[in-house]
Amino acid sequence: MSLKIVVLAKQVPDTRNVGKDAMTPEGTVNRQALPAIFNPEDLNALEMALEIKDRVPGSTITVVTMGPGRAAEIIRDSMFRGADNGVVLSDRKLGGSDTLATSYAISQAVKKVGKVDIVFGGRQAIDGDTAQVGPQTAEKLEIPQITYAEELIDVTEKDITIKRRLERGVEVVKAQFPLLVTAHASAKACRFYNAKRVMKYKKAFSKSEAEANGFDTNLWNQFPYLKIEEWNAADVACEDDRIGLAGSPTKVKKIDNVVLSQKENVTLEPTDENIDSLVKQLIDTHIIG
Amino acid sequence: MNNVFVYCEITEENYIADVSLELISKARKLANTLGVQLEAIVAGSNVNDLEKSLYPYGVDIINYADDKRLFPYQTLPHFSIVTKLIKEKQPQIILFGATSVGRDLAPRVASFLRCGLTADCTSLEIGEYEDKKEGKVIENLLYQIRPAFGGNIIATIVNPYTRPQMATVREGVMKKEIFSETHKGEVVKLNVNDYVQDSDFCIEILERHIEQQKVNIKGAQIIVCGGYGMASKPEGFKLLHELAETLGGEVGATRAAVDAGMTEHERQVGQTGVTVRPKLYIGCGVSGAVQHRAGMDQSSKIISINTDVNAPLNSIADYTIIGDAFEVVPKLIQYYKKNSK
Ligand SMILES: Cc1cc2nc3c(=O)[nH]c(=O)nc-3n(C[C@H](O)[C@H](O)[C@H](O)COP(=O)(O)OP(=O)(O)OC[C@H]3O[C@@H](n4cnc5c(N)ncnc54)[C@H](O)[C@@H]3O)c2cc1C
Ligand SMILES: Cc1cc2nc3c(=O)[nH]c(=O)nc-3n(C[C@H](O)[C@H](O)[C@H](O)COP(=O)(O)OP(=O)(O)OC[C@H]3O[C@@H](n4cnc5c(N)ncnc54)[C@H](O)[C@@H]3O)c2cc1C
Repeated sequence: MSLKIVVLAKQVPDTRNVGKDAMTPEGTVNRQALPAIFNPEDLNALEMALEIKDRVPGSTITVVTMGPGRAAEIIRDSMFRGADNGVVLSDRKLGGSDTLATSYAISQAVKKVGKVDIVFGGRQAIDGDTAQVGPQTAEKLEIPQITYAEELIDVTEKDITIKRRLERGVEVVKAQFPLLVTAHASAKACRFYNAKRVMKYKKAFSKSEAEANGFDTNLWNQFPYLKIEEWNAADVACEDDRIGLAGSPTKVKKIDNVVLSQKENVTLEPTDENIDSLVKQLIDTHIIG
Repeated sequence: MNNVFVYCEITEENYIADVSLELISKARKLANTLGVQLEAIVAGSNVNDLEKSLYPYGVDIINYADDKRLFPYQTLPHFSIVTKLIKEKQPQIILFGATSVGRDLAPRVASFLRCGLTADCTSLEIGEYEDKKEGKVIENLLYQIRPAFGGNIIATIVNPYTRPQMATVREGVMKKEIFSETHKGEVVKLNVNDYVQDSDFCIEILERHIEQQKVNIKGAQIIVCGGYGMASKPEGFKLLHELAETLGGEVGATRAAVDAGMTEHERQVGQTGVTVRPKLYIGCGVSGAVQHRAGMDQSSKIISINTDVNAPLNSIADYTIIGDAFEVVPKLIQYYKKNSK
């Protein structure tokens, strides 16, 4: 027997390199303006999945990412490291999704992948920073969740034993499949590219990449492993009112930029008025509550 | 009805966790603004000092699920209790700690109820929201204010149309504040078997190793840091602790202050201590040596209080107060108390 594994991976703007045009006035992220990277904890998740594949031969790993067409980059990256295949879930209608809408769309895509034993994700994406999509996806799939996985202790064909990282310690838990696991940054780093796999998969491409670059999709008939699946919202049977802005109960009312505001450097004499007004200012700007 | 709720966490020692008392202190104010009651959800086993610890912070109703299977925390049983209780009682707001427990539980609950959830709020307020598309104004909404994008932006988020409005808040962000020593509420005991089912206990906990909480200034949002300038009088660090407590922060120190025996090494900030990134760092009598700055220069806002205009810390500070910290610190406490209400 073998296990069917899905890894959820997000392509994220590198928040360490945020420039002036990173946010649109509506408060959504202007992804074009930023270098895109593999969300770090999703690489920890991929490694854990690969370890399972090492231990339970014949298991397959499908990487699912939701994002713009260029997110196919991280599917290729995953295939270089050992994933079998991947899906890009991409649709204009998905833009502006909050975590509730995102987890709904992702869970629909996982359902389309088929009967999955384990869904892996990262604990948290470095752009939205919510750590909500994992547990929400588990709920949508109606499967249990193990969050903050640090180490794969054991895996058999029917259950898994995992060490979790908590604030002040660790916990070892055991659960049967199916379930969802989120990986913590303290878990093992992901293995690097395998040279043979790079040779094999470097020419893999998705439908929108084919359209953008004029690649010949007939290649897929001859070499099926070169196809990176691309699904839209309708392909995974998303209801329109549950995705995008319409399906997102959270609304951004206001965005204040922190980094780009000029550093002030105010020098004050310790008079009562000065300290009074400094404290007021700190309270008004939510620095102190 | 439509009260404000807080999900309470239980410590290893089986008391209500500080993060929950912090949330309750905040939730009490929200409930007062909205003119509703404050309810707590406690799921645990034989929790110590339940009423004694919750009432003074302003809890009116404790919804208590007491069953030995409910400690230590597991996702599904707690999820079942919280979701069923929310369906019964229809709170308008529910808050969770942004802890390993709260961040495991709250999103699952939000997903099930199809509600919005805002992560890691640093501030919560009540206000109105104008829905321009629908052309209407919604009053008494929870403003959920949070940093995102690697701390580069602060977003104010609202959930205009789903209830409850849900948010998580990290430990140490809100201040723990006694509401009234004589405040009394009531306990509503839940019949646990009406809320959980056996299949909720499908994950087996094989081992746990949890350490006692030690001094840990790493996660603090506000750090009041004492340098050698605070060592000239014995009450120096007492004063800093008073300021930290008032603001809801922690006390840090330079190596010179630690070496002078003013405080423990766990509080040392810098190259050979811990690295901190608080929202606010207040240096009191800290010169700002490069080894110290290495551990704090990523703080969002820096205040330097120093008698010396030329102290190096001043050059990276947002605000420099030139003066004797022994006089400035009490003023900060005084004016914070005056302005925070
Ligand atoms: C400033 C700002 C603040 C926000 N605040 C909130 C908020 O408080 N509440 C809210 O509901 N939404 C919020 N959002 C929206 C949220 O960022 C998006 O919904 C985002 O698509 C998913 O959330 P995340 O990045 O926090 O992911 P996380 O929940 O942190 O991601 C956890 C894991 O889920 C998986 N995953 C997440 N997204 C994808 C994806 N697209 N494809 C594949 N796998 C994925 C990955 O394995 C990832 O490691 C905010 C967005 C911005 C820009
Ligand atoms: C290898 C190495 C590693 C180190 N690692 C660390 C480290 O991790 N952390 C660390 O902090 N240091 C570290 N140091 C030490 C560091 O170099 C400094 O010596 C130390 O940070 C100085 O501490 P200070 O600012 O408290 O003291 P001082 O430099 O003595 O400064 C005291 C300041 O207080 C001011 N002052 C005096 N009285 C008052 C008053 N009443 N009101 C207001 N201001 C007043 C003075 O003007 C002065 O600026 C390290 C040094 C080395 C060599």
